[in-house]
Order: sequence, then C-alpha cells, then structure tokens
Amino acid sequence: PPAHSCNDWIGPPDKHSNLRPVIFYVPPEESPLERRLREARQEAQACDQRFWARHNRAFSQEKEEFIYSRLKAKGLEMRDETGQKATLNAEEMADFYKDFLSRNFRKHMQYNRDWYKRNFTITFLMGQVALVRALRWLRWKKKNVGN
Amino acid sequence: GLFVWHLKNTGVRQLPCRFVHLCRVANDRLITFQYFNFLKRMYVTQYNNDLSQRAKPKSEAVVSPFRELQQLDQEKKVVHKISPISPVQQPLSETSSKNELREMKSAADTEDLVTLVRARSKDDRQWKEMKLRLDDLPGILARLSKIKLTALVVSTASAGFAMAPVPFDLTCFLLASLGTGLASCAANSINQFFEVPFDSNMNRTKNRPLVRGQISPLLAVCFAASCGVPGIALLTLGVNPLTGALGAFNIFLYTCCYTPMKRMSIANTWVGAVVGAIPPVMGWTAATGSLDAGALLLGGILYSWQFPHFNALSWGLREDYSRGGYCMMSVTHPELCRRVALRHCLALIGLSTAAPVLDITTWTFPVVSLPINLYISYLGFRFYRDADRSSSRKLFFCSLWHLPMLLLVMFTCKKSFLEKEDKGDLLSEGPGRAMEIRLP
Repeated sequence: PPAHSCNDWIGPPDKHSNLRPVIFYVPPEESPLERRLREARQEAQACDQRFWARHNRAFSQEKEEFIYSRLKAKGLEMRDETGQKATLNAEEMADFYKDFLSRNFRKHMQYNRDWYKRNFTITFLMGQVALVRALRWLRWKKKNVGN
Repeated sequence: GLFVWHLKNTGVRQLPCRFVHLCRVANDRLITFQYFNFLKRMYVTQYNNDLSQRAKPKSEAVVSPFRELQQLDQEKKVVHKISPISPVQQPLSETSSKNELREMKSAADTEDLVTLVRARSKDDRQWKEMKLRLDDLPGILARLSKIKLTALVVSTASAGFAMAPVPFDLTCFLLASLGTGLASCAANSINQFFEVPFDSNMNRTKNRPLVRGQISPLLAVCFAASCGVPGIALLTLGVNPLTGALGAFNIFLYTCCYTPMKRMSIANTWVGAVVGAIPPVMGWTAATGSLDAGALLLGGILYSWQFPHFNALSWGLREDYSRGGYCMMSVTHPELCRRVALRHCLALIGLSTAAPVLDITTWTFPVVSLPINLYISYLGFRFYRDADRSSSRKLFFCSLWHLPMLLLVMFTCKKSFLEKEDKGDLLSEGPGRAMEIRLP
C-alpha cells in the first residue's frame, strides 16, 4: 500500500488460510481507544491466520494420507501410467470427510467461541470509535459555525 | 420493480420480454418467477444459492428461498439460495441457452457472470484500499443482504398472502412484502457478519462483501439494524402484530439459532427448514390476521420442500463442509440425509392432498400437482438409492422449478372466496351480492 494512504489496505486471500490480510493505518494522533481497536484487530487477524493455516494444512495432509492408504489397499499407485495423480471418487472420500469433521469438532467449538467473542468486541470498539469521532466532528462543526 | 431491477442487474437480457410469459428462464444464475396477482401469473425469481443455510433467510436465503446454496465445484447451478457454485447444468427451459458461464455466483452478485469471473480473478490478486465508496454501496449492500434470496423469500410470503381466503388488499400486501423483505435483509446481513472466516474458506461464499473487506462489520450491523427495526415495526404496526412477531421470531431463529447451530449439530437443517417455512405463514397472517390451518399447511409445504432441496445441494459440498467445520447430514449421516429427502418428497404429496380438505384449494390441485410431486419423489428415490453426484444434482435442479410450479398451480386452484360464500345463504341475498367481491 502507498505510503501516503490514510486507510487500511486489504490484500488477496492467503494461500494457506484463505483469509485476506489487512495492513492497518496508524494515524499520527491515534487515541488510546483507537489503538485498542487496532491492536484487537491485529490480534484477531493473527489468531485467525494461525488457526486456519494450520487447519487447512492438516486437512490437505490428512487427505493425502487417506488417499494414499486407500490406493495402497486397492493395490494402486499414487500416479497412474500417464503420470496423473490418482484420485478417489466422492463416495470413498465421504468416509474421510466424516472422520475429519468429527475429529476436529472440539477444535471448531473452541474456535467458534473465540471468534464470536472477538467479533463482538471488535465491532463494539468500532462503534465506540465511530461515536467519539462523530461527537468530535460535531463539536468542530459547532465551533466553525460559531466563528 | 424489484424483480425488474434484479433481472437487469443480472444481465439477463432476454428476460424483460419474457415478463409476460409464464415460463421459467433457467439462467445459469437465475430462474425468475414473477407474481402478477392481477394477471394471475406468478413469476418467481430464484437464484441458486448456497444451501448451507437454510432456515429461512428471511433472513437468509430462502432455503428454498431461504437456504443458501452451496457451491458445487465448477459446475453451474441455479442458485436458490445463497450463492452456491453449481455444476454446469442442462438448460431447464428452452431459453437457457445463456448458460455458458462456468461459475455460479452468489445470489448477491449482480454483475454479469462472465465479466465477473474475469474481473474477480484480477481483483483478487491485488491489494485494495479499505475505503467505502458511495457508488459501490448499493451493490455491496445488495450482496450483504443476499438480495436475490430476499426476493425469493418475499415471493413465498406473497404466495402465502395470495392463498389466504380474503379479499385482496393491495396496501396490506405491499406493506407485508416490504416488511418481510426488510426483515430478510437484516437477517442475511447478520448471518454474514457472524460467518466471515468460514465464508472465506468456502468456495461458494468467499466473495462476500465482509470477506473482501468492502464494508466494515460495524456498518454491516448498522445496516442490519436499520433494515430489521423498520421492517418489524412496519409489520407490527402497518399489518398486524402477529405478522410482526413472526418476523422477529424468524430473524432470531435464523441468526441466533440456525447460524451457530450449523457448526454444532445436524439439527440445524430442521431449524433451517422452519425458517424457510415461516414467510408464507407470515403472508397468510398478514392477509387474515390469524394462524389458520391454511397458513400451517403452506408453511408445511415449504418446510418439506426444504429437505430435498438442501440435502441434494449439500451432497456435492461435502468437502467444503468438512473442512469448514459445518455439521451437515450429508457429511456425518449420509444415509439419513437421503432418507429424509425422500421422506419429505413423499410428504409433499400428502400435503398437497390435504389442501382441498382444508378448503384452501379445489380438488383439482392434488390431481394436477400429482405428476410433479411424483416426479420429485421419483428423483428423491433415485437419490436415496444411488447416492451419487448426478442423482443429487437432478433432485436439486428439480426442486428449483418444482416449488414455483407447485405454488402457481396452488394459486390457480385456489378456492374462490365467492364460491365459499355461495355455499351460504345466497338465496336471501340475491344476485347483487355475488358481484361484489372479486377473488382470484
């Protein structure tokens, strides 16, 4: 993002977590409230990034292992004669999906709780910041009109 | 007006001239259906949406209209609810030659699919400034509120209103539709607000406004409040308190029950079906002011419809659900998933037969609707037996035209208000009275 910009910038989705990273703008006269908001957002972004990157990596890894073990059980190789990667059909993969979902259930429950808490906190802080800014602007308006 | 706007925005050029024709244009994205009460024609637009969320998206995509449909790989699908990705589909109607797009966009997308796909892939790789532009705002809010799904929800509510055995009151109808639409926008926005990281990880939903940072969460919540509060107020004060209460309850059910439950238990599907069933009940109570058997029957029909619709859709999205941590029957209890879908297809037959018994329609209705009900039951049975991609897709696509068709037939077989009056003592009144009320 250009140096002169006064806004946050959001980028393309991350390769592992599929989340879009945000670069936060730090205004020169940042109030404590605004700093709290920015730090909360940065921390939330880091938490989410960590969780999803690890989770998605685990998913692809376990998926590969599953395919490999199933193919081996069937007596096939990972790649067929033409060099294409061998895949299993949807019905065979269904066993893996079911298993993966139940194994990660507790992890998801924990993440859900954290996510909802963080989401509400950040949105509430945003509300506070917006309110303070609006009051400040109104006061400035009144002062100017008075002059 | 709403439908026209939708059609225009979706780039369906041929639709305007189809307005007066009762037909389904199977757009790769849209199936339109429009209600013209005075013309006695119904034309409903459906957009394939992700079904992941069904419960009435009064808030949400109607599963039927309320459900969000999920994306199916690279296939094109008509999305009923929330944007799903669908596989390339056979044109459902003779005019579906426009289906050459590869990806279905979420219902919220109003851009042309082709240009959208190209633009998207370019956009996606760039860093964007998080600044809200005023001229982008309508499009962003449309996507946030899942406007197409909302339109579907409003049409089911209109169907409920139209089926009520009372003289047609235009003001009441418009107020009820507007109130329902606003409530649906509010619920959909809150749903998206709750699901940002999960939406980013699923193909169907990764282009939503909050995911892409086009709008801040604060603004999304404010928008939801500014739609929901006036919407419910409009329903409570402008229509009747019962409808308002149902609307508020539905928003609550969708955002606070269905959305969190999606990640906790497979029971979310049933809650979602109720969410989908409530709008027509709301339409009915808006017209009559009370919860009659007819309202419950209409709700029951939509409730049952949700299952074949959603279960078939979710069959192709098992990978995304599994990775995203969504507890859906298709992943955890596949046999139950198919059984429930079949069960409810058959229930539709039963409910259609109950309609004349409850004096809502004539006996023509179960007779005329039997072919389509039998057909969807047949596809449901095939899905149950075969459990594969093609049978699930067939069932899903059938559900897309089955509901509008069923509602249309129901409307045309509606028992005339006059007829019922005639049963009374018309002899004492004389012929003059018979001319008084005109009903569909």
